[in-house]
Amino acid sequence: MIVQPRLIRRPTVLITARLWRVNWFYVLLLCALASVGYVALYSAGGAPELYANRHIIRFAVALVMMLAIGMVDLRLIERLAWPLYGFSVGLLVLVLRIGHVGKGAQRWIMIGGQEMQPSELMKIALVLALAHWFHKASHERIGNPLFVLPPVLMILLPVGLILKEPNLGTAVITALLGGAVMLASGVRLWKFALVMIGAGIAAPLAYSHLHDYQRARITTFLNPESDPLGAGYNIIQSRIALGSGGMWGQGWLQGSQGHLNFLPEKQTDFIFAMIGEEFGFVGAAALMALLMLIVLGGVWIALRSRNQFGRLVALGISFNFFMYAVVNIAMVMGAIPVGGVPLPLVSHGGSAMLTVMFGFGILMSVHVHRDSTAESD
Amino acid sequence: MKPRRGSFATPGRDQEARRATGFRRRALLIGAAQIGAMGYLASRLYRLQITEGGRYATMAESNRVSGRLLAPPRGRIIDRAGVVLAGNRLNWRALLIPEETPDIAAALDAFAQLVPLPDHERARVEREMHKHRRFIPLMLREFLSWEEMARIEVNAPDLPGIVVDLGTTREYPFGPKFAHMVGYVAPPNEADVAADPLLSLPGMRVGRAGIEFSQEASLHGSAGSVQLEVNAVGRVIREISRTEGQRGADVALTIDAELQQNVLDVLGDESASAVVLDARNGEVLALTTTPSFDPSLFNSGVSGAQWKEWTSNRAAPLINKATSGLYPPGSTFKMAVALAALEARTLTVNDHINCPGYLDLGDTRFHCWSKNGHGMLNLRGGLKNSCDVFFYEVARRTGIDKIAAMSHRLGLGVPLDIELPGVRGGLIPTREWRMARGHAWNIGDTIVTGIGQGYIQVSPLQLATYVARLSTGRIIQPHLVRAVDGRMRAGADAADWPVLDIPERDLRAVREGMWAVVNEQGGTAPIARLANPVVQLAGKTGSSQVRRVSREQREHGFKSENLPWEFRPHALFVCFAPYDQPRYSVAVVVEHGNAGAAAAAPLGRDIMQAALRLDPAARAGQKLALGDPRAAVPTGGAR
Repeated sequence: MIVQPRLIRRPTVLITARLWRVNWFYVLLLCALASVGYVALYSAGGAPELYANRHIIRFAVALVMMLAIGMVDLRLIERLAWPLYGFSVGLLVLVLRIGHVGKGAQRWIMIGGQEMQPSELMKIALVLALAHWFHKASHERIGNPLFVLPPVLMILLPVGLILKEPNLGTAVITALLGGAVMLASGVRLWKFALVMIGAGIAAPLAYSHLHDYQRARITTFLNPESDPLGAGYNIIQSRIALGSGGMWGQGWLQGSQGHLNFLPEKQTDFIFAMIGEEFGFVGAAALMALLMLIVLGGVWIALRSRNQFGRLVALGISFNFFMYAVVNIAMVMGAIPVGGVPLPLVSHGGSAMLTVMFGFGILMSVHVHRDSTAESD
Repeated sequence: MKPRRGSFATPGRDQEARRATGFRRRALLIGAAQIGAMGYLASRLYRLQITEGGRYATMAESNRVSGRLLAPPRGRIIDRAGVVLAGNRLNWRALLIPEETPDIAAALDAFAQLVPLPDHERARVEREMHKHRRFIPLMLREFLSWEEMARIEVNAPDLPGIVVDLGTTREYPFGPKFAHMVGYVAPPNEADVAADPLLSLPGMRVGRAGIEFSQEASLHGSAGSVQLEVNAVGRVIREISRTEGQRGADVALTIDAELQQNVLDVLGDESASAVVLDARNGEVLALTTTPSFDPSLFNSGVSGAQWKEWTSNRAAPLINKATSGLYPPGSTFKMAVALAALEARTLTVNDHINCPGYLDLGDTRFHCWSKNGHGMLNLRGGLKNSCDVFFYEVARRTGIDKIAAMSHRLGLGVPLDIELPGVRGGLIPTREWRMARGHAWNIGDTIVTGIGQGYIQVSPLQLATYVARLSTGRIIQPHLVRAVDGRMRAGADAADWPVLDIPERDLRAVREGMWAVVNEQGGTAPIARLANPVVQLAGKTGSSQVRRVSREQREHGFKSENLPWEFRPHALFVCFAPYDQPRYSVAVVVEHGNAGAAAAAPLGRDIMQAALRLDPAARAGQKLALGDPRAAVPTGGAR
């Protein structure tokens, strides 16, 4: 085998050099998204003090953290994939034991004075662990069902724990995320078809094991007007808010649904409805475009990476972000059942922002170390 | 193969290239799916915001804006001079706003020290508190006095969340004096509210009797509305727009409040009824019934004990005797019999009939009130002496159907079109009426009807109408409403009424008889003569039996005043004055008053004297004093 001599850029040691390699355009997109959050939270609070200022300060801190993680050598991150996976599963077990209940489910845990949902961290850990697994796999080995079985179990373990919290929405998102990473790694498409069929058979079974509030969510979703003041209220008011926005919106700080508190949780899960009300279809569609730029920017970083781990990690993290955005928007529009998923970097709330920016830090590390190859040194 | 170094040790470069290609395909697939998913959401968003946007905008608006009705103040009822008979009084109410009260029990204790708050009221407040949102005010006490209101205001710092608010309530300044005519209002029932949602507003009342009932449409007014911006829990953020309602129209009656009170003074404690009409146009100047009731009791709700007292009272205070009380007219009916006979030519003005004290018909003997008889009498003498035999004979000659037809033309035994509910028509019996009940008409029935006894029943209002018609020769209709909202109703002018189709000669003969009753030596009611010789009164007494007097009673020196009250005859008197130019007609009925001449005639005289002295009809030309409509009461707002 003839190996072409090749100029291999050594993993850059100097911080300044690494900073140079940071995708600053991507950072700009994230800053733009956080600014949208500032404007929307300003309106949600009626003044900047309530939500908007805290949001932007938190973003600044998270941005520094993201850049710091971006400087970390990708190989180190790969080595930490398994420990992080184990740590996250441990937290999920812990949250079932000592986590405190919020809105009918055990999801939250206090870590260093900061409340967080371990399931958020779990998704990033899962991406890293799966990427780590498939990084080592040859094209042929991926065709071997026995090789594919462990990653399926790696997905099912956290999904099962999250279901037990119970948090149906996050469990489904986690499963889809794992599936996306496996798809990207080259697992045969017919195997996915098999899983889909299996899921289709399992769904009615699963429904019978759902909690009452989860079933209520599904029935309400199917017919929101059936319970206009109960569970359906959120969806109806959110649709009214979006619909009354029209093409150009009612203007910043002018949305009646939001400002008269008809819109529930307008500063967190339903902030997209408020944006749609105040800035209309034009504003909401522009926000969707910005979100897609960030998602596709992640895919682009994945394509530019020269190692499989980086590719899978970048794709997984951008897919994770995509899931947040798409589930939140669909939920606000009443297209899928309400599921407590925030709009990343726009919704008020520290825990989600930190985990999302933690993910973007890893994504940035993939970009900074994009030219590391298997043969790098 | 190169030794694996670093953690990115993987299969060879060839492998790596194949993986990169495979990844690129899958990544583009995923990217495309992501674009597709987001695009699908964008298309749904487009449908939601643009295609269906209008519908949702409307829903957002109806979320935001809450319309509330504003109660219009009820129109007043005033007399012909503008005296308020039914008005609106300011009603100070103490309200508690729970969310502004940190310690509700303490606030209620403090309140109870200033204004009495019974335990059951307190229990009601505590009950309601849990039914409503915390910013909705609860009524603590209504009808606060000025002192109580002031006490609460002064102690406001100790009463957090307790506010004083101004509403209105119906007020009847004369209490029972106009109760039967003016009527009363009561809180609306469910059927009322279903018909008119405005009535669901606190403090709204509907007319249940009298003018309050019959003129409801005018008095009611139309609702105003206010558009409020409310938030999700219904708290009012601001007022967007306000349309003031139309206050209810003032209804001016034909009544003269002063005359009414004079008449009531004359009637005193009797169970009686008196009606004063302007004989020329049918305006009801006084419409009295004793005893009466306090109409304001219905406003807040009548207690069981009070209701029992009213319904068990044999003098029936709740019945408007003037329009719904029915009595045999007795001798006051004789003018109608005479006019029927004159028209039928069964009697002429100069015909004489002998009265031996009785009339025998077959084996039945009909007695005259005078045991020894009146001898030969013409019409004038028959009326003057109220000779029964004379009218037995006249009735026999004329026949019941002609008498009934004449009575109806004069306003007797027919429902009169007056603006009051529950007006009764009474009865003039006819052959047909008797046949309908399965009996043949008996000539004896005609004979007793000739003196206003038997089946015949009329109301005091009909008697006053009858006298007004025969005294002025016009078919006036008694009416109570003179003007609504300052606009005069037709009927105030004598020319508004058609002329009675009876020759003036006949009417004059009857009037002369009535004049003789009072003003000629030997008449039955000289007691009714007026003190002022210039103005003369013409009248007719009547005593109507409640029970038949048997032969034994008659032979044993029967005296009706020895009977129990409820079996004594009713005493009646009808009159008009001045004789030469009739202006007023009066009818008085004293229930079980025994004899018309003794019990009713003096009352009729005093009432006529009051009418002539006050002369309300002379004020008919005056412009109505309606008062300033704005002066009444502020609109009961949305609070």
